[in-house]
Amino acid sequence: MAFYMEYNTIRESGAQKMGLKTFKGGVHPYEGKELAKDAPITEVLPKGDLVYPLSQHIGAPASPIVAKGDTVLKGQKIAEAGGFVSSPIYASVSGTVKAIEPRRVAVGDMVNSIVIENDGAFTEVEYTPCDDVTSLSNEEIIEKIKEAGVVGMGGAGFPTHVKLSPKEPDKIEYIIANCAECEPYLTADYRRMLENPNELIEGMKIILQLFDGAKGIFGIENNKPDCIEKLQELVKDEPRLEVCPLETKYPQGGERQLIYAVTGRSINSKMLPADAGCIVDNVETIIAIYNAVKLGKPVTNRVATITGDAVEKPGNFLYNIGTNYAELVEAAGGFKVQPEKIISGGPMMGFAMFGLDVPTTKTSSSLLCLSTDEVAAMEPTACINCGRCVEACPEQLVPSRLAKFADHGASEEFEKWHGLECVECGSCSFICPAKRQLAQSIKTMKKQVLAAKRKK
Amino acid sequence: MSDLYHVSSSPHVRSKDTTARIMLYVILALLPTTLFGIYNFGYRALILILVTIASCVASEWIFDRIVHKKNTIGDLSAVVTGLLLALNLPATLPWWEAVLGGVFAIIIVKCLFGGLGQNFMNPALGARCFLLIAFAADMTNFVTDTYTGATPLAAMRNGEAVNTMDMLIGRTAGTIGETSAIAILIGAIFLILMGVIDLKIPGSYIVTFVIFMLLFGGHGFDWTYITAQLCGGGLMLGAFFMATDYVTSPITPRGQILFGICCGILTGVFRCFGANAEGVSFAIILSNLLVPIIEKYTVPRAFGQIRGEKKQEGGK
Repeated sequence: MAFYMEYNTIRESGAQKMGLKTFKGGVHPYEGKELAKDAPITEVLPKGDLVYPLSQHIGAPASPIVAKGDTVLKGQKIAEAGGFVSSPIYASVSGTVKAIEPRRVAVGDMVNSIVIENDGAFTEVEYTPCDDVTSLSNEEIIEKIKEAGVVGMGGAGFPTHVKLSPKEPDKIEYIIANCAECEPYLTADYRRMLENPNELIEGMKIILQLFDGAKGIFGIENNKPDCIEKLQELVKDEPRLEVCPLETKYPQGGERQLIYAVTGRSINSKMLPADAGCIVDNVETIIAIYNAVKLGKPVTNRVATITGDAVEKPGNFLYNIGTNYAELVEAAGGFKVQPEKIISGGPMMGFAMFGLDVPTTKTSSSLLCLSTDEVAAMEPTACINCGRCVEACPEQLVPSRLAKFADHGASEEFEKWHGLECVECGSCSFICPAKRQLAQSIKTMKKQVLAAKRKK
Repeated sequence: MSDLYHVSSSPHVRSKDTTARIMLYVILALLPTTLFGIYNFGYRALILILVTIASCVASEWIFDRIVHKKNTIGDLSAVVTGLLLALNLPATLPWWEAVLGGVFAIIIVKCLFGGLGQNFMNPALGARCFLLIAFAADMTNFVTDTYTGATPLAAMRNGEAVNTMDMLIGRTAGTIGETSAIAILIGAIFLILMGVIDLKIPGSYIVTFVIFMLLFGGHGFDWTYITAQLCGGGLMLGAFFMATDYVTSPITPRGQILFGICCGILTGVFRCFGANAEGVSFAIILSNLLVPIIEKYTVPRAFGQIRGEKKQEGGK
């Protein structure tokens, strides 16, 4: 793979020549996007029960406001926010509440969930669209976003209304639409940009309405030239909107990396994007904002990519949140070969699941089914101190050293070498020629150190 | 749901790079100088190279057997050590001394400290210095059928004139792999293009050495002298193939530059003020010993970390 590194250098200098924005470090994994890229978004209607984990966002779990036996309609609120940093949950089908019980979620935990028996009728509540968004006050907009249960749908699940309420709104200069979609295999955002660009732009305009001094920037990796072209065409008469082509490199869509690429400003783990005058939202989130404010619709569906070499017909599906993953695989034609590994999310940061019987949530952007688990076939060998992880780390850390400190439980050294700055992107494990589980060790240690700090 | 799928921590994909592949690139990069050495010094050089590599690989295999460790000869690192050691030996060295050198490099310098990745000193250079002390006469006997004179560096010390063109091409006395600057540079360029090494260590090493020799070499701005110093001895081989050894050089980018500077200064000191005309091997292994302290003071600044801020408190 040294050829590959050389290729890297060429690409990087090429990228700079072409005026593409980027960050330092990063890796170029096999993209795999060709599998599902050309499959238009198809709607999937759920057949079985739907499961809504009460904790599918960062912050306090939502509290149920329905009881077993209640009948609910699609679009009806079934759980309300459990605090300011929390988000309500809506039914995505009509039917009957079957149970409120712990269910297994994608990350492997058992989470208290509302289970709804789908009556198959999809009877929907009446939504009240807003004819003139510009007449709304900032508070009204944020209230609508909060009430609709919009959270960061790129994967983190941070409640969007909190993000949109910074301490000093006047200092926000950039609203960055994270259209990088840097995770290999994923094409959901790509399809959204091609098929729903107007919703995306309208959603961005709603956010801009909150921040008078801000510009809206769509940061798109240059492996999606059709999206760049399409959005450029649509924003050409919009003085406050801009498309920013980015170099195709993982993790270009990492929040800190994206902010740096677009604005040249860098933030650390103690800072929020707002400290750099930025707010970053993912494509799906911005479309959810549009649905919430303009159409009055809560978050009940989203697009996910069902892909991988084990899937018969990889594609992009608009599904009702709460649908079982198994139904989405079925929609993609089922398995062509028995997969060894199934991953909720992308191959770099996604969660491997031991079973398919798991509900989708607001943050389920992809299911990747791989016929072979290449990681299991590789045995870690001794670190030869080659420094490839140092070159790859987008946070400019020394992953091999941090992993060693982590394995030895040396928390002081770990902090001294800035271990808490790790963004858990996995570039170090990816690039390691000795196939060491660097990211895994670092992530574990980071959790321990942060937990110890909270205790203090 | 009877079948369980594999579960592991992300990421779920890996690059194709492996340790063995990196070592293979180093071996390929050493081929020009190896072939030139064989051409220059004849079949004795070839035999010595093969014997040294065999000794290194066998030592590692036997050691792994004795201590019940997983066999690690497949990573090719022992081959690289053997080849580098051989290139640092005079072609006339008795074969059994070369075997001993291989055993020392692998068993004493590498395996006893925990094997690949754990040694604090470059095994090939450690063994070379061991042989230099143990068999001083054999190790400094550069007289062959082709060359009856001293090495260019020794000749310069005695005030004799040297032919820098011969030194660039490698038609001089010396160890098997050190004579041809051009052959070494071809290999070095290959390694740089393949992304195996970069210029931080060799660059700072050579620049520092040149500055040092300009200041203290006693010849001022005499470019013939500087060129001869650069091409002579083990400097080129050392700067591109030994100082850049991953295991025994710092991992921090600033540390690598500092390490190169250390190597440059020490080489200059040994060559100008030492008893011997040579100094590269000792300069590098002494710098190897400084690596932990260099790393300690060159922890890179994390992305977004404010300059001057020593320690991150963490958390939002």
